[in-house]
Amino acid sequence: MTKEEKEALIARLEERYLKKYKKKFRVGIEEAIQNTLWGYGLDLSRCIGCRRCVYACVEENNCSREKPQSQWIRVIRLKKGSLINLEDSEHYYNPELVPEKEFLYIPVQCQQCENPPCVRVCPVHATWKEPDGLVVVDYNWCIGCRYCIAACPYRGRIFNWGEPNVPPEHWNTSVHYLGNRPRMRNVVDKCTFCIQRVRMGRYPACVEVCPTGSRKFGNLLDPNSEIRYVIQNKRTFRLKEDLNTEPKFYYFFEA
Amino acid sequence: MRILINGLILFFILILTYLTSVFSKELIEEFPVPPPPFSEGIYPCSNCHASMDLNPKKRVLKDEHTNIQLHHAETLRWCLDCHYSKNRDKLRLYNGELIDFGRSYLLCGECHGNVFRDWKAGIHGKRQGYFIGGKRTYLLCVHCHDAHSPKFKGIKPEPPPLPPKVKRDVR
Repeated sequence: MTKEEKEALIARLEERYLKKYKKKFRVGIEEAIQNTLWGYGLDLSRCIGCRRCVYACVEENNCSREKPQSQWIRVIRLKKGSLINLEDSEHYYNPELVPEKEFLYIPVQCQQCENPPCVRVCPVHATWKEPDGLVVVDYNWCIGCRYCIAACPYRGRIFNWGEPNVPPEHWNTSVHYLGNRPRMRNVVDKCTFCIQRVRMGRYPACVEVCPTGSRKFGNLLDPNSEIRYVIQNKRTFRLKEDLNTEPKFYYFFEA
Repeated sequence: MRILINGLILFFILILTYLTSVFSKELIEEFPVPPPPFSEGIYPCSNCHASMDLNPKKRVLKDEHTNIQLHHAETLRWCLDCHYSKNRDKLRLYNGELIDFGRSYLLCGECHGNVFRDWKAGIHGKRQGYFIGGKRTYLLCVHCHDAHSPKFKGIKPEPPPLPPKVKRDVR
């Protein structure tokens, strides 16, 4: 698309949102910053499973609150000592207080794989990997076949069964075309590491809200970045490494 | 010959200045932090303590600071190990150096060296704001941890996701 075509499209979208949601949206089309490859770190020895990140993400990314409920982050709970048995995990836990002594919590969201199986199966090329490593969806191209949901080994993609159900005063009007703009019915969406924020140099919403500071974010190509420090100095692992998906989401432990 | 010697001396002086500037930069490395989270009306401590007699004995505080429960290696420690007895507006390091509350990370770092190292690198602690085109934001240790009882207390989790609807008449 040429620059003029893009601008016309954005103007059309903003007008449509204004009519539909009675809000002035700012739809961004910022392109990837040069020499960036975004990577995420999550400290499992500090995560307490409080789900603050889940709700900060819902708020930031205009996810449907209920009927249908749509959440991009799932926090799974595992018994300590059985970290590899992901089948035994559960995400409906609801104790009085967290953390619980005998459990470990693993927040799971889109892992922004370098070799993303979800992209390969899309029959209409509605999803792809951006130059900064973010796997994105064009909601206007998505036909809702859900092949990508079946292909993703992390359950990182969510299907919108209905129009987003967001209280009018809670719309986040600072959106990105490939990120948190209001989705339509029957399309697939997913975590984009808050593309609308990171391309402006801000931390993702889940990083900012985490009360224990478990979440780290940075540029994998910058040797002085926080994420590179984590990879060089901590014991890190990635989920389901054996599948050769090469996630850019590094879980680590203090040590 | 004299020019050569003068040149050499100048060269060494230049190297020496460079080295000292590098080392001193490392020594006085500062981290931009917001002001310490004092309880209202408690600082400066010298408002009350300047006129009080010093009682170095370890005891249960009954009149003031009754809300402070020391759970931080309490068998080994007492108030005056960290708070300087002669000037309560300052904290005291092991080497006797006095520091302001705004640089309390130096005190914490004396025992928690590996955490301090991570904190300096920007790994330990909460990250907020901009990571490009702005300075890294740091928080003091005491913004998240109670210095007198630093272990995190449990909190109520946000509600779990709704379970999927079960269709009862599916055969």
